[in-house]
Amino acid sequence: MNLSTSNATALIRARGLTKTFGERTAVDAINFDVRDGEFFGFLGPNGAGKTTTMRMIAGVSPRTAGALSILGSDPDTDGPRIRGQIGVVHQQETLDQELTVRENLLVFGRFFGLAHKEIAERADQLLELFQLSDRAKDQVEPLSGGMKRRLSIARSLINAPRVLMLDEPTTGLDPQARHLLWDALQRLKRAGTTIVLTTHYMDEAEQLCDRLVVMDQAKIVAEGSPRQLIEQHASREVLELRFPDGTSGISKAALEGIGDRYERLAERVIVGCENGEEAHARALAHGLTPESWLVRRSSLEDVFLRLTGRSLDE
Amino acid sequence: MIAALAPRAFAVFERNVRVYRRQWLMIVTGFFEPLFFLLGIGFGVGGVIGTLTYNGVEVPYAAFVAPALLASSAMNGAIFDSTFNVFYKLKYAKVYDAILTTPVSIGDLAVGELLWSNLRGVIYSVAFLAVMLAFGLVASPLALLAPFAVIFIGFAFGAAGFAITTHMRSWKDFDFIFIVLTPLFLFSATFYPVEIYPGVLRYVVELSPLTRGTHLIRSLVFGDLNLLMLADIGFLALIGFLGYRHAVSRLGKLLLK
Repeated sequence: MNLSTSNATALIRARGLTKTFGERTAVDAINFDVRDGEFFGFLGPNGAGKTTTMRMIAGVSPRTAGALSILGSDPDTDGPRIRGQIGVVHQQETLDQELTVRENLLVFGRFFGLAHKEIAERADQLLELFQLSDRAKDQVEPLSGGMKRRLSIARSLINAPRVLMLDEPTTGLDPQARHLLWDALQRLKRAGTTIVLTTHYMDEAEQLCDRLVVMDQAKIVAEGSPRQLIEQHASREVLELRFPDGTSGISKAALEGIGDRYERLAERVIVGCENGEEAHARALAHGLTPESWLVRRSSLEDVFLRLTGRSLDE
Repeated sequence: MIAALAPRAFAVFERNVRVYRRQWLMIVTGFFEPLFFLLGIGFGVGGVIGTLTYNGVEVPYAAFVAPALLASSAMNGAIFDSTFNVFYKLKYAKVYDAILTTPVSIGDLAVGELLWSNLRGVIYSVAFLAVMLAFGLVASPLALLAPFAVIFIGFAFGAAGFAITTHMRSWKDFDFIFIVLTPLFLFSATFYPVEIYPGVLRYVVELSPLTRGTHLIRSLVFGDLNLLMLADIGFLALIGFLGYRHAVSRLGKLLLK
């Protein structure tokens, strides 16, 4: 990597970024760059250190060690200036229940020191953009989960931030609400906003992210575009063999040689291979009797499985 | 003026104004409590007692009690906001988590909240002063300074309440507030002169922040300017300052982990 050129465009830069809570190391000396205008993801299971990293970037959690630069400033010394130029959406709902939908935007704008008139105009635009105009005067509580999430994002954009940070933005949403949100985020990216999100959904990372890092146990274990990661860390196709009675009884010898590599899960064997159909034929020849099987293209999930030896759902 | 000096703290204050524009009834209820005490104790019990010697002058009992009720209404206004409402925003509604992602600092946040809790105390005191004027319980035009003097009472109790609230774990812990407030209200020279306490007990009571607040307001209402008022102001300001410092440090530990 050519550091001198990436310097010019890195909006967020972390080197040896570390956070410890007492004995526990939540983030362990990680390095990453987020470039201007890109959609950047932190992918990993719960407890991997994604949220802690986001909090450090957002300037609400002082780092224990390492260097961190956001928009050219250090959050330790320049917190208010940095926070003025980023928008943050928490995983947990933090909307103001004592205010109406529109008031949530109006009040938030004032925290950024914006003028009432400017905020009012922007609030109406954002409500329009996020399809909340007809709920402007309503209280927050009766809104659906998807609407609340959209309102949270609209609120985080009241200061026209250069960087939008989203922590698990679609967790708990139904599929339709998820897709609505993805569309909205894509529009924002096209308008030039740099977006950083955390997710433990593979499809979300694959759909949205230009580049991502995979985090596991406080460390970054891989980085690249979704395509690159799949090419580097997974084979072309995947054969999944299902054993509802469990896989513990299957011998190692029977599994080896079916494909390039395999992962044994509780009720599934995942085989990475060039050609899934051929691998399936070899599996049968090895005497395996799966209840069902399928062949698919490799996904980020396989990358994660390969890198950590665990499924994300576990 | 505050909006220009501390725009971020003022934005936090504005948020509360906006919320209470719809919940004004909750503010009005706080006005009635001192009024009932004035009617029941000031005039009711006062009807039996008649007059009382204050600074060597015979004064009607209701006129003696009223300034203390004004002081305690400011205390109640400030403390209820900086305890119950702050706890809700801190622990349940996560209002502060959201605010701290903006350029607002914890110091701004605390100042904004204290401005608001203080305003509540000032509103009660102005309303109560109007009642006192209507009942003819104001001896001196200096009483018009009382709504400014209560700012020190509001600051002391607002900040102390805020500091204590940062240690609260659940709503049950709030029983503690009542255990402290009730005797504070009853025994801080509210219903009788502090001189009646024997020996060292008197000096303990003299150190109650409400005793100091009551002394400050009573001196103004009776037009009796004295040097001890400076001690009242200094003492209340000190409690406010220490409470503010502690609240800010605790909020930092709770919210900026």
